[in-house]
Amino acid sequence: MTPSVVLVTGVSRFLGGHLAARLAANPAIDRVLGVDTVPPPRDLLRRMGRAEFVRADIRNPLISKVISNAGVDTVVHASVSANPGSSGGRTAMKEMNVIGTMQLLAACQKAPSVRRMVLKSTTAVYGSSPRDPALFDESMTPKDLPSGGYAKDAAEIEGYLRGFARRRPDVSVTVLRFTNFIGPRIDTVFTRYFALPVVPTVLGYDARVQLLHEEDALAVLERSASQDIPGVFNVAADGVMLLSQAIRRAGRVPLPVPSPAVGPVSRVFRGARIVDFSPEQMRLLNFGRVVDNRRLRQQFGFAPRWTTVQAFDDFVRGRGLRPVIGPERVETVERGVRALVGMLR
Amino acid sequence: MTEARVIPLHADDAGARRRWRLGGPQNGGPAPEPEPEPAVEAEPEPGAEWDELIEFAKRRLGGDYTVDDFGFDRELTDNVLLPALRPLYRSWFRVETIGMHNVPGEGGALVVANHSGTVPIDSLMTAVALHDDHPDHRHLRLLGADLMFRLPGIGTLARKGGATLACTPDAERLMSSGELVGVWPEGFKGIGKPFHDRYKLQRFGRGGFVSAALRTGVPIIPCAIVGAEEIYPKIGDIRPLARLFGAPYFPVTPLFPWFGPLGMIPLPSKWYIEFGTPIPTDTIGAAEADDPMTVFNLTDQVRETIQHTLYRLLSQRRNAFTG
Repeated sequence: MTPSVVLVTGVSRFLGGHLAARLAANPAIDRVLGVDTVPPPRDLLRRMGRAEFVRADIRNPLISKVISNAGVDTVVHASVSANPGSSGGRTAMKEMNVIGTMQLLAACQKAPSVRRMVLKSTTAVYGSSPRDPALFDESMTPKDLPSGGYAKDAAEIEGYLRGFARRRPDVSVTVLRFTNFIGPRIDTVFTRYFALPVVPTVLGYDARVQLLHEEDALAVLERSASQDIPGVFNVAADGVMLLSQAIRRAGRVPLPVPSPAVGPVSRVFRGARIVDFSPEQMRLLNFGRVVDNRRLRQQFGFAPRWTTVQAFDDFVRGRGLRPVIGPERVETVERGVRALVGMLR
Repeated sequence: MTEARVIPLHADDAGARRRWRLGGPQNGGPAPEPEPEPAVEAEPEPGAEWDELIEFAKRRLGGDYTVDDFGFDRELTDNVLLPALRPLYRSWFRVETIGMHNVPGEGGALVVANHSGTVPIDSLMTAVALHDDHPDHRHLRLLGADLMFRLPGIGTLARKGGATLACTPDAERLMSSGELVGVWPEGFKGIGKPFHDRYKLQRFGRGGFVSAALRTGVPIIPCAIVGAEEIYPKIGDIRPLARLFGAPYFPVTPLFPWFGPLGMIPLPSKWYIEFGTPIPTDTIGAAEADDPMTVFNLTDQVRETIQHTLYRLLSQRRNAFTG
């Protein structure tokens, strides 16, 4: 069933904006409404084509009017933010994430036209601890409930959505738990982290990293908006890489920081507005988190085009990240070693 | 070192005896079996090994290798981790393996063994045994306690070496994908038991390993390890220090902590690792995995088998250090 009127939240950011653009390119969809508190950047707005931008705050009951007036039948809630820096601080971020979602769900519950609800959630809801199984599937719950930050927001939002699904059983609800995004265009904490010339890591820990290419993420969001596939799905690429391996592939230099110094170091980075590390991201760098994407492949019917390593390599190529230690120097060292070996023999 | 004595351990099993005779001199004798790596190194070109080493270093530093979903780094394990353990295995503990033919060459299986020795060296040695002495060079995927994964350095190395957390989802995932999984169900109760309780099997957890094997239908291979009890004889336990470090125990051995780092050198006991006849689980059926009675009975069967094997091996052993 193709939707006729789609509402996308968070269109001023990469995923929401490009999703709106993709949906607008589909002639079967009558109208695409994009909602956000700030207008999208100009190039994104141009891409969005016939999609209409509505400057509204989802925390405001006005959103209810937008939904009922336009007769929205599909809502893609993609505005849940992981980044306190760009949302104007942790308090504002929580307000926007949790209260905003509650308002949006309240408005949707009142609107009889709504038939489909898609939530962009995160695999952070599984937490990250040494007691985790190697792979999480959708039925598992975290060992330690996320105590704060984005993960807690996402867990609460999923809870509210479950409540909504109970009260409106006629609405098909899809929860997409995305892993960390990577790609040449998207801007996330992870992409900034790997773009640092010297990458701080936690001494003695080497997390497994699972990523998802931005194009795969958009394709999954588009598919969930245009087809009825209710359920909870982990959305992640196949395969994992180690954090140290990723840093090496990007040609960066790792800087292992002892655990007690991690807090101050991450504060320095946050203060300098280089990379916004939250405590849960630090835990992720300690223990990692990998999810099972079998249900995405079988039930949702989507196979990610990029594996984790391919997506990461595409990011490195697309950003034009040059190795800190250039290939010429590597060659010099190699020649030196070979000469030394020749002399020793 | 003397030649390994040939002891008829499986009087009823001719095949096992032949293997044991074959295996004995190879492990203890002066001529070790040629490894695949030395075969490559023995090529006529003298610079080949250096080229290989440089290529290996380049690959590692460029991040050009793969790890599986559990973080297992096969290349690192084969080229760095296992070679690092090999001297301990060959020269220090002089490990002899018995009944290696009981371990299937391919497909999933669950190796269940007794745990001992204060520090889990026994699991590492079992992993080396199954890689070096098995004709198919199998990698043992260890199931470890969460404490191990919390420790910096060790947890990371354990994952790279193929270990993962001892939990049902991980065990089932590994076994159903055809991996050889190793589990030490006694856990800290077994490894941290006092020296006077040596070779007395502790409670076997809650039988989670049995239900996991039942659900995936892989055989259970009982494994008895003799010799590991003597490496760090734990004669005492300083509780307050254990609490301070958040450890399950703080061992006192005849050498530790009195001799400081020197006391951390394990005593050179002579080891035997025997793999028993596999217990098939596919004939029982996956539905029985939820039947507590079946699970308990099977757990007891595995436990009894290991305990009896331990007693038999011990009765044949004359000295803990010379074998």
